[in-house]
Amino acid sequence: MTTKPVAAKANESFWRQLTVGRLAGLGRITIFGTSSVAWMFKRPSRVNLVVDEMEFVGNQSLFIVCLTAGFTGAVFAYQSYLALKLVGTESLVGTSVAIALARELGPVMTGLVVTGRAGAAMAAKLGIMRVTEQIDALEVMAVSPKQYLVGPKIVASIFSLPLLTAIFGLLGNLGAYLVAVYVCGIDAGIYVAKLKYYLYPWDVYHGLIKAAVFGGVLSLIGCYKGYTARNGAEGVGRATNEAVVYSMVTILILDYFLSVLLPSGYRTQG
Amino acid sequence: MDHPEVAIELKDVWKTFARASGPTLAGMDLAVRRGSIHVLLGHSGTGKSVTLKHMLGLIEPDRGEIRIAGEPLDSADEVRLREIRRHFGMLFQSSALFDSLSVFDNVAFPLREHRPEWGEERIAARVEELLGLVELPDIGEEMPSDLSGGMRKRVGLARAIALEPDILLFDEPTTGLDPVTSHVIDDLIVKTTRDLGATSFIISHDIHAALRIADVISFLWQGKILESGSPDEFRRSSSDPIRRILRSAGVNE
Repeated sequence: MTTKPVAAKANESFWRQLTVGRLAGLGRITIFGTSSVAWMFKRPSRVNLVVDEMEFVGNQSLFIVCLTAGFTGAVFAYQSYLALKLVGTESLVGTSVAIALARELGPVMTGLVVTGRAGAAMAAKLGIMRVTEQIDALEVMAVSPKQYLVGPKIVASIFSLPLLTAIFGLLGNLGAYLVAVYVCGIDAGIYVAKLKYYLYPWDVYHGLIKAAVFGGVLSLIGCYKGYTARNGAEGVGRATNEAVVYSMVTILILDYFLSVLLPSGYRTQG
Repeated sequence: MDHPEVAIELKDVWKTFARASGPTLAGMDLAVRRGSIHVLLGHSGTGKSVTLKHMLGLIEPDRGEIRIAGEPLDSADEVRLREIRRHFGMLFQSSALFDSLSVFDNVAFPLREHRPEWGEERIAARVEELLGLVELPDIGEEMPSDLSGGMRKRVGLARAIALEPDILLFDEPTTGLDPVTSHVIDDLIVKTTRDLGATSFIISHDIHAALRIADVISFLWQGKILESGSPDEFRRSSSDPIRRILRSAGVNE
């Protein structure tokens, strides 16, 4: 008589905590992000900080993005060749790689790579600043930490990710071309002709829009986790870990919904 | 900030944190007189830092009122709160220097933010003057991580007074320092307070320093002020908790 209601209550409490707790967290991070970006429209101008952050998020991620892109394109071309050869359509290797890179692999892989490098660094830096009272010091000096620390990182990431994604696409296609033509023996002229025929501008725009969204998400989660870190070094470690895991999972989930919602080359071309 | 008598006032302030067994502040009343050096003493975990954060508007009380120079903090919006904070300078327990900036850039930071019209040349001159004031004239190029605890405190003090604030707040300014360095910091606190004509509010558990530099000492006990008075009045207090803390520090024995 007594165990059932207790079990039911515990179950209800679990689900309540899971849903209400998650929704409240989503609300807090949304308010944090919007207020941080809103601060960027107030004086004094923080354009110089945005440029500094773009150097960190964009320029300093360039090497790892290029490396990842070249090998991603190469291996994808090789695997596509093996699969398409079974049905005699190996001439479409360039097309399949280019479309996948433009719409999915480019933005997602760039998002994941930048999360591991810059998103983690954002969480760690802000976390350390939080636990060593440096963020409180900014507040006391009447400088908004959201305007000085958070806003520039979010804005810089929103602008940097599409640029990195574009570079990822170029390098990925180069890697794919080299493997397809020089390893798999596909005719270079056919490779390029099919690619140009089937790849539409909206495939590229589709990927660039996704990249901008992923840039906003990874920087927002990284900054939020760091900004709200507590309990010294252990708290900073946890914040960094959570920032990376949550960002990667969010990017992968969002990728599905954006793929469905955003227009693609097929639709716009009828 | 032109209230004649009281620089900071807390009236019946209550604050309870989630998961705490009881209130941290339980009806706290405190008045910090303009131009005075006021020390808040208390054991660890009694709410001294919480009191300081309430004064800065970093924490909102559950109940009660906080006034800075007569202006209630609870009616101040975010913009007004920032204007009020411009009248504060604060030395943090950890110094809270920005570890990605050099000593020079740390001290120049509030000037670049709030006096951009000065230009780099005048800001540089002011930074040199401030570093000279805290007797660290040649360390502008050093990074905070290269400094000792005492040096970091002094750089923190230079940064705190850069804008010549009306109110200086000190969070455990001598914790973790050796006695000689503690004396140096105490002397600097008195000197800068008098030179600026500022009000200083210090939270500490260093009774000897409090007796030496304070105009007024308040003792925080169980979330409220048990007693406030001059160092002599504090020394002569008949209150049991105060007698105990004086005895443990070897005062009046």
